Amino acid sequence: MDEAQITDAVFRVSGLTRVYRTGAVEVQALRGVDLALAEGELVVLLGASGSGKSTLLNILGGLDRPTGGRVFFRETELTRASDRALTAFRRDHVGFVFQFYNLVPSLTARENVALVTEIARRPMRPEEALDRVGLGARMDHFPAELSGGEQQRVAIARAIAKRPDVLLCDEPTGALDSATGVQVLEALTAVNEDLGTATVMVTHNAAIQKIAHRVVRMGDGQIKADARNETRLEPREVSW
Amino acid sequence: MRALDRKMLRDLRRVWAQALAIAAVLACGILMMVGMSMTRATLSGTQAAYYDRARFADVFAGLTRAPAALVAEAQALDGVAQAEGRIGFQAVLDLAGQGAPASARIVSLPASGAVLNLPVLRRGRLPDPLQPDEVAINESFGEANGLLPGASFHAVLNGRLRELTVTGWVLSPEFVYTIAPGAMMPDDRRYGVVWMGQAAAEAAMDMGGAVNEIALRLTRGADERAVIAALDRLTAPYGGTGAHGRDRQMSHAFLDGELTQLSVMATTIPPIFLLVAAFLVNMVLGRLIKSERTQIGLLKAIGYGSAEIGWHYLKLALLIGTTGAGLGVVAGQWIGTGLIAQYQQYFRFPVYLRDPAAGTMLLAGGLGLATAALGGLQAVRASVRLPPAEAMSPPAPPAFSRGWLDRAVSALRVRQTSMMILRSILRWPGRAAITLFGVMTSVALLVASYFMIDSVQIMADTLFTQSNRQQVTLVLSRAQPERAVLDALSLPGVRQAEGAFAMPARLVHGHRERLTAVSAHAEGEALARLLDDSGRAVPLPAEGLVLPERLAAALQVAVGDRLRLEMLAAPRAVLELPVARIIAQGMGQEAHIAADALFAAMGVAPQVNRIHLLADPEALPALTLAIKTLPAVAGLTDWHEVRRQFDATLQANMVTMLTMQTLIGLMTAVGVVYNAARIQVSERSHELASLRVLGFTRWEVGFVLVGEIMLLTLLAIPLGWLLGYGLAAGLVGAMSSDLMSIPFVVTRRTYALAALAVFAASLGAVLLVRRRLDRVDLAMALKARD
Repeated sequence: MDEAQITDAVFRVSGLTRVYRTGAVEVQALRGVDLALAEGELVVLLGASGSGKSTLLNILGGLDRPTGGRVFFRETELTRASDRALTAFRRDHVGFVFQFYNLVPSLTARENVALVTEIARRPMRPEEALDRVGLGARMDHFPAELSGGEQQRVAIARAIAKRPDVLLCDEPTGALDSATGVQVLEALTAVNEDLGTATVMVTHNAAIQKIAHRVVRMGDGQIKADARNETRLEPREVSW
Repeated sequence: MRALDRKMLRDLRRVWAQALAIAAVLACGILMMVGMSMTRATLSGTQAAYYDRARFADVFAGLTRAPAALVAEAQALDGVAQAEGRIGFQAVLDLAGQGAPASARIVSLPASGAVLNLPVLRRGRLPDPLQPDEVAINESFGEANGLLPGASFHAVLNGRLRELTVTGWVLSPEFVYTIAPGAMMPDDRRYGVVWMGQAAAEAAMDMGGAVNEIALRLTRGADERAVIAALDRLTAPYGGTGAHGRDRQMSHAFLDGELTQLSVMATTIPPIFLLVAAFLVNMVLGRLIKSERTQIGLLKAIGYGSAEIGWHYLKLALLIGTTGAGLGVVAGQWIGTGLIAQYQQYFRFPVYLRDPAAGTMLLAGGLGLATAALGGLQAVRASVRLPPAEAMSPPAPPAFSRGWLDRAVSALRVRQTSMMILRSILRWPGRAAITLFGVMTSVALLVASYFMIDSVQIMADTLFTQSNRQQVTLVLSRAQPERAVLDALSLPGVRQAEGAFAMPARLVHGHRERLTAVSAHAEGEALARLLDDSGRAVPLPAEGLVLPERLAAALQVAVGDRLRLEMLAAPRAVLELPVARIIAQGMGQEAHIAADALFAAMGVAPQVNRIHLLADPEALPALTLAIKTLPAVAGLTDWHEVRRQFDATLQANMVTMLTMQTLIGLMTAVGVVYNAARIQVSERSHELASLRVLGFTRWEVGFVLVGEIMLLTLLAIPLGWLLGYGLAAGLVGAMSSDLMSIPFVVTRRTYALAALAVFAASLGAVLLVRRRLDRVDLAMALKARD
């Protein structure tokens, strides 16, 4: 898809580069990425480990800064934002889901979600968010008392409870078996459809690409392919 | 170097700041132990050697006048090795260039040379027995007034103004600590000791062939009490004022009190530091081992035995212990040297026999190592017990469960970040307890240091502004009729004069007795009032004695009991008196009675032997000039000068002392808080990074860390107050003696200062650690699993 075609883009990225230096070693994680993501889109970023997909996701989410190039969130240029502004950006606009859930172990499922709703501008109630991911019955359990899939769904509930503009997911099913992973994907697609939240999902699991509107393939720090899925599959139709 | 040892050194490099904080806490304990013990050993060794070489007497007696032959009789008493008689009295001195008069204790040097309390010559020579105007003076008095051999000064001896020439400076075991009677601190400019030939002293005091002081040295194993009783019987016909042992000898009592205090400090405070250090080693090593569980599993998988792995971690603990003990021993030596130098200003010995207290040093070093090893042992034991397969898999997330306590916390409906704080405390109560304990001991140590200021200020306040409102107190050479007070009113500038009567006395109740003083108070006295601890003037009952609590307790008397009061100076009345009142008076040691009641019981006309004066400030120079030459005055106290001197000494000593005590006192708080915070950050970096990702600001995330530590600090402060109160009470108990009692008061200011200092130190330490949160790479922290 041509960049110019997207007029209502949530993210616009141009000439993005990112170099990591560890000691004498330089790693070129991104080598000039141009990309635009539309509102309401569900995009899967596919690529092997080290292809630069997580780096791109982190920069989009304001967790990392590029070495070169520009990133816009709607009309705001993230590449020029201060640390404080990036914090506010994450707080108000972005929902994150990670491979390892990153729940606060000392808070129950409900409290983990409340953590976010307490600082969000127009959040849903924690109970509603948990209902959406099918965990209404296990709200008062601590992370240690939940299965991996359940923990990940709490993380999704936490991410969507603030009604974010974008949902960024880094290997959300990476630590889960196929059946559990499907439950998590169902939760994510439901949110995308019901709330219209633009969603970017990073994965190296090619089976997942079928559920997306659009698949961006990365390799060697560059975009190798960018295609729309003419026919999408339901999460329960995929397995790995 | 073996690979495992290399790993140990690298581990140490990783936790160096934490290890150093632990070593510092450990070092504080060791340095107190070493510093105090070294000072104590040096002082007491020096004291023992000096007493022995200078033949310091064991028993002392004062009397009005006795023939010199009485000394031979005393020598013949059972248990007496040597006896010496001499003449001793108080005199007013007039030093050139000093407006206010000084006073001195004048003692005679036996013509045949002293056999007891030998003066040690420091400069010049001893006075020539044939030259009546030659005297030797104590070294510190000579130094303070620049009275080099050859210099001269004036003294009023028995009412006659005399010019005396200094021949030399001496030290004496009787005056290691030189303090004027009734003074709170030494004042070398205004109080000295003067040695004069026997013949000259006899002539000056009209005491030809007589003595008024007898000192005895006892044979080994002699019964001191029996000798004292025998000497009392011997001197009674000659106006004996009660013989006493070294325990009531002023210089010795002060020195001994100091030694006791050093012992108490060396034994009570260090264990607190060692305990905290052991907890810290346990905490830090436990965390390190937990974070290295996969490595431990790996080591086991490739064939290392449990003992090797355990020893590997224990070595780290021992390294911390060695560092702490080494630092402590070195710092202790340094502090000990400084303390000894400070004591040299007050305790005058010919030489200080430095004793590094090697035994204590070894013991302290050993204790340091043992502390670290004990602290590490439990953590190490847990590490080696893990089966390798289990060790290599990541640890299960900490389980939080819903007990009743948790339900109570949930019901608080606080924000989730506050909930994280509360849950963390509930989940790791042991760790919270260590933080609590460390902070608590800091507060306690500071309270126990700062209350000294309160006590000293209360003493000063009572002495200078409440009880004694007079500017000058004249001590008369003998009791005189009340008319003497009227005479004093004619002195230049005197606006008010008040007579008083005080004398040494023995109080006897059953088989209990105390040597003390009785003080008679005239009705309507306004200058030198009797006050209790609350600062209220105590009205004197029409008859009977008023006793301070300590004295009443020592004699085991209650109100209504009858006491025998034996006056120990002329007219040596023996009276049976009821106890009319017991008052709370922390510093009080003396018995009080209304003047009318006392003289009625004695059947004599009212008398005075001291006069308090209030004068126009501008007339003070003229007044002191006039007093210098008054024959009836044996000594005087210029209260303004006493106060000035007191404040100057206090400031000079207190500031350095308090700074040091504060630094040492804060060490446990800083060590504990720093370590607790570091462990929190390393264990919860994921959790805290997640919060940042979710859009929490640095300060909101920092709140979770800082909030927990500061909440514990706030909880620990009142506990520290309690413990500090107990510590202070213990110190006062250990340091109080018959001669010296310290008022036990802990003011709100002390509590507040201690709390504030510890709060600030904790906050500083935790904020230092909080900065690490800024450096956490958000993306990386979320990727990596511990």
